Amino acid sequence: MSKLKTQSLHKRDSELAKTNKQLEILSNGIFANGELPTFKDKIAESNQFPLKPKPLEILQINVGYMCNQVCEHCHVDAGPDRKEIMTKETMQQCLDVIKSTGAHTLDLTGGAPEMNPNFRWFVEEAAKVGIKDFIVRSNLTIIRANKKYHDLPEFFKKHNVHVVSSMPHWTRGKTDKQRGEGVFDQSIQALKDLNAVGYGMPDSNLKLDLVYNPSGAFLPANQAAMEKDFKKALLEDFGIQFHNLFSITNLPISRFLDFLIASENYEDYMYALVDAFNPSAVANVMCTNTLSVSWDGYLYDCDFNQMLDLKVASKTKHISNYNEEVLQNRDIIISQHCYGCTAGAGSSCQGTVA
Amino acid sequence: MSKTYYDPTDLRKFGKISDWNEELGSKFFDYYNTVFQEGALSEREKSLIALAVAHTIQCPYCIDAYTGDGLQRGITKEEMMEALHVAGAIRGGASLVHGVQMMNKVNKLEG
Repeated sequence: MSKLKTQSLHKRDSELAKTNKQLEILSNGIFANGELPTFKDKIAESNQFPLKPKPLEILQINVGYMCNQVCEHCHVDAGPDRKEIMTKETMQQCLDVIKSTGAHTLDLTGGAPEMNPNFRWFVEEAAKVGIKDFIVRSNLTIIRANKKYHDLPEFFKKHNVHVVSSMPHWTRGKTDKQRGEGVFDQSIQALKDLNAVGYGMPDSNLKLDLVYNPSGAFLPANQAAMEKDFKKALLEDFGIQFHNLFSITNLPISRFLDFLIASENYEDYMYALVDAFNPSAVANVMCTNTLSVSWDGYLYDCDFNQMLDLKVASKTKHISNYNEEVLQNRDIIISQHCYGCTAGAGSSCQGTVA
Repeated sequence: MSKTYYDPTDLRKFGKISDWNEELGSKFFDYYNTVFQEGALSEREKSLIALAVAHTIQCPYCIDAYTGDGLQRGITKEEMMEALHVAGAIRGGASLVHGVQMMNKVNKLEG
């Protein structure tokens, strides 16, 4: 069993911390020698190239890469050693856009977004805008990490935040292997804390959803079946309830790419993604209705492109000169990692798409 | 010519058996896919049965396939190993139960 790393790829000066190195790997080898088709060629077969955006529905804001965990498969390469944090000034620019956009969902992510010193101010201000669905992606353990975070369930409740949390399995072994020792017990306690204020309870308007991503080099199974298993196990073993389970495929970038290469699973995994390519998932991939904003205010087609530093192909590249009309005309930037969002029933931050 | 009888990459070419007999290949895969759909048994239960049978018939392709399938379904390694012991118990039991035949024969021959 591989030992969980305690530092990010960046801190370790890993070659894979460089985005051009990752893109090089994704373009060479089996995709350069014709063994497997490139994503561009694959979607062209069903006349879906170039990929174009639909009207914006989701604005996803990454408020910083700092995190209290160093998960094995993190596509952000987040960790305690990451210092990239969104400033209050950039948050204000985001708020100006949130007020003007027609997007129905605001989605805050990280790192652990709660670790941004201006997180609570940002949530309070954003909640005033009255956006329909206001998501915070909480890793759960942050709620238990320090006394100053213990009241987060009450804070989320006060601002009607929709909490979405990662949970790779209902057993301790699988969860801790991917997310770090002790994470399972802390997550269970945090879920109980959320349940205690009403989150995740049947008929409750306080939405609590879990995100499942596989704990190794394999694709996720049927989302509904997994949700059933998660609900049964968490209720029977811990009395925990939640609303929906989102099943997410691990994309071959950053620390998951590092894992695939180190465990000699890279080629088999890419074959599995390509074999599972579902043309009907392409039309609904999240980059078609989502924009991702980085900690320093740049715009990306999705959080994965953000981590590969592939900024939007548009004159408008920064939240400070945001122009929805101009952005609507862009082509979405793709590479072979995009196969992760079109495998099987498809994958997005909101779960399956097909 | 391959130097080994089994090549792990052949598994993903399984569907190609239909190339030489489309009708029977299609019928087989229709049947196969229907078998694994949820019925009186869940897909999860069927996956564990398949894993145990795969070890009983010692099919390397099936072992790879249903180990991966089990992981996808969130089946734990403890559950997988228990399923294998069921296979092992039946397989071992199948040998040992023939001991009754041996005993019968000994008793008959020795009187």
